[in-house]
Amino acid sequence: MSGNTTIKTFVIDGNPVSATESETILDVARQNGVNIPTLCNMSGLTSTGQCRLCMVEIAGSNRLTPSCVTKPEEGMEVVTESPRLLKYRQMILELLFSERNHICAVCVTNGNCELQSMAQRLEVDHVRYEYLHPKFKVDGSHPKFEVDHNRCILCGRCVRVCDEIEGAHTRDLRNRGIQTLVITDFDGPWGESKSCTSCGKCVHVCPTGALAEKGKSVAEMAKRRQFLPYLVMRRKGASK
Amino acid sequence: MLIANRKIAPPDSDRRWKIVDATMRKQGYSPTALIEALHTVQEAFGHVSGEALEFVSESLNVPPSKVYGVATFYNLFNMVPLGEHVFSLCTGTACYVKGSGEVLEFMKTEYGLEPGQTTLDGSLTFMAARCVGACGLAPVMILDGEVVGRLSPDQMKERIREWMSHDE
Repeated sequence: MSGNTTIKTFVIDGNPVSATESETILDVARQNGVNIPTLCNMSGLTSTGQCRLCMVEIAGSNRLTPSCVTKPEEGMEVVTESPRLLKYRQMILELLFSERNHICAVCVTNGNCELQSMAQRLEVDHVRYEYLHPKFKVDGSHPKFEVDHNRCILCGRCVRVCDEIEGAHTRDLRNRGIQTLVITDFDGPWGESKSCTSCGKCVHVCPTGALAEKGKSVAEMAKRRQFLPYLVMRRKGASK
Repeated sequence: MLIANRKIAPPDSDRRWKIVDATMRKQGYSPTALIEALHTVQEAFGHVSGEALEFVSESLNVPPSKVYGVATFYNLFNMVPLGEHVFSLCTGTACYVKGSGEVLEFMKTEYGLEPGQTTLDGSLTFMAARCVGACGLAPVMILDGEVVGRLSPDQMKERIREWMSHDE
């Protein structure tokens, strides 16, 4: 950290807090024990503001702001929880549930799933939208892992970890809108990918059961993410 | 960077690959030339084939998944050859409100075409565009490059039937 760091002071939920120049509202909130809901965000990976769960209210603005990609400004007043925010967050989760087949009872990550625990935390007890019930094929061509697009929420964590940490960029998103799908290489079977290093990082950053190790049964797939902070630290050390 | 300078051989002896290569060479084979290169492929071949994606990906050192993602994201690129005639329907918000959804249904029932499909004889391709940027003319359809707007859904259907009978 350089000698003349600018510190900004602002308010989160009525409490005065301070931030360095590089920190986002979400970073500062977490440091101060305010747990803003997120799904696509992952410490160590670039924030993209995709899931929209981390939206917060800022005094003086009618618009909601994604806290993971917004830097605080001096004197800003941030509200992280309100009936309006809860309404929208619940709506986002309901839309996610209705878009693919998130049936916990038969899922490998049941009990270890971020989508599931987020729904519990935000008390989503029903889905008011019609379920689309898409029928995506499960790709089990990889010897160690499998991908079930029916459980994917398109958070893009696997894409980012593969690009930013592993450096292989095996994954990306194809098409757009409702047709969006996570692909490997030229949308081929994962097992035939030439760029995949089979490192398994994508599997372990996946918030749901979309990416899992083979041979796991219902509720057996717990994700291990301890590797990420260490790799990020090493990466930063190397670039200096 | 030595790796970036290696020369990738085109998939076959088709001379059109030279045009694609020229575009990429002009940009110094920079990864940022991706869209430019795909445009050239689209213009030269009429569609973006799998081997074209591979050629561009290797030449520019852009990961395959990224090339595929970009090629499928933009409506300007199509992965399968188009039919002789191309009918595009705008399904953007303004056009949808003005009844383009009805024409979408019409294409399904009358010609059996879903967006992105081509008739079996290869005479007609039906495309649905997100927004062609001419919302003032809503609902907009494009008949072989000719922009037709400000018609009621029924008039649109009539116009399509007329246009379809051109070749007969």
